[in-house]
Parts: sequence; C-alpha cells; structure tokens
Amino acid sequence: MKLLYFAWLRDRIGLAEETIELPESVTTVGQLATWLAQKSDGHAEAFADPNSVRCAVNMDYARADAAIGPDDEIAFFPPVTGG
Amino acid sequence: MIKVQQEDFDVGAELAALSRDRHQVGAVASFIGLVRDVAGDSELSAMTLEHYPGMTERQLQKLEAEALSRWPLDRVLIIHRYGRLLPGDQIVLCAATSAHREASFEACAFLMDWLKTKAPFWKLEEVDGEGKWVAARQDDDAAAARWQTDKTNVKQTE
Repeated sequence: MKLLYFAWLRDRIGLAEETIELPESVTTVGQLATWLAQKSDGHAEAFADPNSVRCAVNMDYARADAAIGPDDEIAFFPPVTGG
Repeated sequence: MIKVQQEDFDVGAELAALSRDRHQVGAVASFIGLVRDVAGDSELSAMTLEHYPGMTERQLQKLEAEALSRWPLDRVLIIHRYGRLLPGDQIVLCAATSAHREASFEACAFLMDWLKTKAPFWKLEEVDGEGKWVAARQDDDAAAARWQTDKTNVKQTE
C-alpha cells in the first residue's frame, strides 16, 4: 500500500511517502493510523492527536471508519490552509 | 476551469477570456487572494504553498461542478498557485460568470469558502528564517458551513 504524508506530518515522520505491507487486521483508516503510530518515534508524534490529522483514500476525503484495501493510495495530512 | 500552477497569472487576461464571446453573460464576479507581509505579530518574508498533486485538481473540479449545479452560472474559474511566494504575490483567483450579479457574487464567495476547507493546500510561513505551518482557522470552517444549507433556490430578480 502506498502512503503519502504532507506538511507537518511529513516533517515529523521524515518521509513524503512510503510503501507498506498492510496487516490483515488493519481494515479501516483509523486502524491504519493507530498501527502507523507504532512504527517510529516520528510516526508516533505525527499521529499523536487524531483530531489534527485528516485522511484521503484515493484522493477523496475519508473518515476514520472508512474501509481500506492494499491497492488504495492513502494520504495523511493536517487540516488544509489554502486560499 | 481549474488551473493549479506555480507561475503567476494575469487577472485581466483571465477574466477577459472567461467572458469572451459569451454575450449571455452580464456579470463577472472575482476574488483575488494575495500574500500579506504579516504572520501574527511578526513580519513575514515568504510563504510556501504545498499541495497534493492530483487530489487538488480533483477537489477543485468537484467544487466547480457543485457551484455550477447550485447557481445559474455560465462559467467558473479557479486558479491556485503553489510554491514559494513573496508578500504582494497573487495566490488565488476565483471567478464566476452569469447573466445577473447575484449568482456570480454568491458563487464566488461559495467557491472561496469551500476551497479554504476542502482543497488540499498547506501554507508554510517564513519568519526570521524559520518556517512555521499555518494552523487551520475555525472561522474558515464556519464560513464554509453556511453553504451547507439549501442554497439552490437563488432567485434571478435583477
């Protein structure tokens, strides 16, 4: 599965993207965030406050209970600040 | 029409092209967002806009379609820049054309309000050589929320 990180999530994790093997037990966005938080200190810092993390599955906004599969492109990022 | 680009844009030329040979159009409303030279109480030296290529275009196209479905518009234009910008630089141009002004004004405000909460851009402010990510504003969420009621019955009264 391809993961993308933007803005301060990328800074904290130290990666703009990574490819992971999705464990069978991880089937939703929320479970993925919890699982990723255990990967490194940077991941833990990035996912420390779930309220400040947004997610997109295949370029559409997704909530914590959204289902995910191994072929999805998942992005995590802070609330947007364009315009 | 959606354009996500690094380069600057010419507002006059863009707006002229939007209504050229469209003689059913009587109203062009537009908004231009600029980089300010302040960040809180400090002087801002530059602002870098990061975005999610692909998703940005996708979300802006959905926004354009939503505006076209809610108001009797002729055309919608959104240009949003990314990369490192300086105070005074143009960030975004948003425009809506229609027969009468009410739809153009409302659609233009709607586009900016929704863009600010839905388009995947992030601002990094440079102050005294240090970069700081801008936090999302609750005001922006409130501004976007006012369009969640049924706004499809815009009257053409002019």
